[in-house]
Parts: sequence; structure tokens; C-alpha cells
Amino acid sequence: MSAGRVIAIVPAYNEAGAIGGVVDAIHALDGSFDVVVVDDASTDATAAVARAHGAEVLRLPINLGIGGAVQTGFRAALAGGYERAVRLDGDGQHDPAELPRLLQPLERDEADVVTGSRFVDGDGHYRPPLARRIGITWFARLVSAVTRTRVTDTTSGFQALNRRAIALFAEDYPADYPEVEATVLVLRHRLRLVEVPVRMREREHGSSSITFVRSIYYMLKVTLALFVAMARKLTPSQQAPAP
Amino acid sequence: MTPLRISIAASVASVLLILVVLELIRGRRLKERYALLWLVTGVVLLVLSAWRDGLNTIAGWLGVSGYPPAILFAAATLFLIVVLLHYSTVLSRLDDEKTLLAQDLALLRRRVDDLERAGPAAAVPTEPPARAD
Repeated sequence: MSAGRVIAIVPAYNEAGAIGGVVDAIHALDGSFDVVVVDDASTDATAAVARAHGAEVLRLPINLGIGGAVQTGFRAALAGGYERAVRLDGDGQHDPAELPRLLQPLERDEADVVTGSRFVDGDGHYRPPLARRIGITWFARLVSAVTRTRVTDTTSGFQALNRRAIALFAEDYPADYPEVEATVLVLRHRLRLVEVPVRMREREHGSSSITFVRSIYYMLKVTLALFVAMARKLTPSQQAPAP
Repeated sequence: MTPLRISIAASVASVLLILVVLELIRGRRLKERYALLWLVTGVVLLVLSAWRDGLNTIAGWLGVSGYPPAILFAAATLFLIVVLLHYSTVLSRLDDEKTLLAQDLALLRRRVDDLERAGPAAAVPTEPPARAD
């Protein structure tokens, strides 16, 4: 029922101002995308706006945070039988026009997960605030070192995934600031990760959930989570040999 | 030697702890699975409090020569740590289960909406979205 179709998972929390534009931009691409907005218990009209723009909406009854919201989308993708999924934020910082390029490595079967990286070219278009840049660099170096794989952007939530990666994330996805841990998870499961350079736009509405003051806490927490992700036992079904 | 008054006070406190836990179980405000650790704590503290020679002997083993009741504090602290760790694991499990339930609810909500839109003819029972776990 989903042959050839791509599910676009868009987590959104109080993004009524931006979500309509994101949904429209995805639909405008080539008509092969089924847009699923995961409304993480927003208190504004996010769900209604998304629905009015033609997206399917999964409304969480309680706020699960970005990880729990995104995982809801992966579970919907798995249940819906999708072979491909893309994941992009509901705030408009990920430009849907980049999606076809993200999907290319999957179509050539060169990757299981494709991440849109802001740094893979080092072209310097993306200039995040200093604290954030330090954090992104720190995690890229750390993940590259512990997984012995070159990764330039572990905090990007702009991704395309094939069925194997969808199945993994539907079963096991980290909770709070999930991207770094998810990268480790992907590499531990020996899935092929490819980075594609993308430009990220400024946020259209709202403010980033990572403020300067919380950056230090964020780095400590995620660093701990990263080592936990490295050391953690895989669940029994994950230990089964990969197809 | 442990002062007698300390032994009496600690014994009374331990008995009170055990009684309170038992009463909470009786009133169904505490499930047995979470009460077990508290009961073990209460019994161990009661034994250490009432059995004065035993406390002195253990203090001797551990090289605590000046003030044997310190062993009471150490034992109480140890058991509190175990209880708290146990609670942290319970909390983590509850958190996972909460996430799973919320996600199921979101997926089922959509399914109900779809079925209602499609009309009663389409309301064929199907399995809820599976999660390999």
C-alpha cells in the first residue's frame, strides 16, 4: 500500500506559525510524500493547522519530548509498511527542497541512514551561536572517535532512512536530545550512515529549545548518554543477525 | 558498648517503620513489590538495634572501636541507597511504559479518526500498531 511512497515525519511542538509552510513545501516537491506531523501535545493550533494543510496528524496526549515524538513517527512508518522515511523539524529550519538529495543515497542503496550535515563541506554557510558550535564540534569529534567513523554533524535532525533504519528507530530511539545517541545507535548496528551537505535556514518562528544557559547541561548529559549508548546492551531482537 | 538508650530508641524506630509499612500495605496504599525492600530495611535495623552484642561484634569486624551505633547509621544509609536505586529503576521503566502508551494512543487516535471518516462499513477489527519489544 505504500510502495514507492515516502513518509515525511515532522515532529512539532507549538509550531502553528511554521508548520503549514513546512507541510506545503513537502507536498510541493513531487507528490510522493505522505506527511505525518507528530504533534507533541502542543498547546497551540499546530494540529489543526497541519491537518488543514493536508498532513496526517498524530497527536500525543502528553509531551514526550523530541525523541518520543519522532519515534511515534517511525512506528507509524513501520506499521504503514513504508520503505523510506524522511524526518525534518516542524519549525522550518530544514528546507524540504533538500529532501530529494537526502533520498538519493538510499535509492542507490549506498546508505541506510542519510543525515543532512551543516558541516560536511565546511563551507561555513551555517553559523550557529558559539556555544552551540562548540557543542556540535565536540560531539562530532567524540562520536567519530568512539565509532571510528568520520561524522561531521551528529546533532542534525534532518534525515532520510530506509526500512532497516526505520525498524531500528521504531524499536529503540533515545529520548531527550536524541540525535547524538541515535547516530551512535546507527553505527553500532552497522547501518551505513552517509552525510549530505545541506543548508539550514534560520528558524521561522519560536526559539530553539537549546538556550545558551542549557548548553553546558546539554553537553554533559549527551556526553554521558553517548557513552551509555556505546556500552548499553542491545535488546534481544537487535542482536539477531542483520539481514 | 552501645548506650542502652540508643538501642531502645533505634529499636522503637525500626518497629515503627515496620508497622507503618505493614499498615500501608493493609490499606492498599503500598504494593507488596515496593514494600519488600522497606520491610527488609526495617527488620535489619531492628536486629542491629536490639541485638546489642551483635552490633558490637560487627563494629569490631569493621574496625569501629569508639562508637558502635555508627554501624546503625551505616546500615540505614546503605539500605536507603538500595531503596532509592530500586525506585530509580522503577521510574525508568514507568517512563518507558508511559512513552509507549502515549505513542500507542496517538497511533490509535488516528486509526479511530480514519475509521470514523470511512464509515461503519470499514470498521473491521485490526491489530493495534505493533512494536517489536
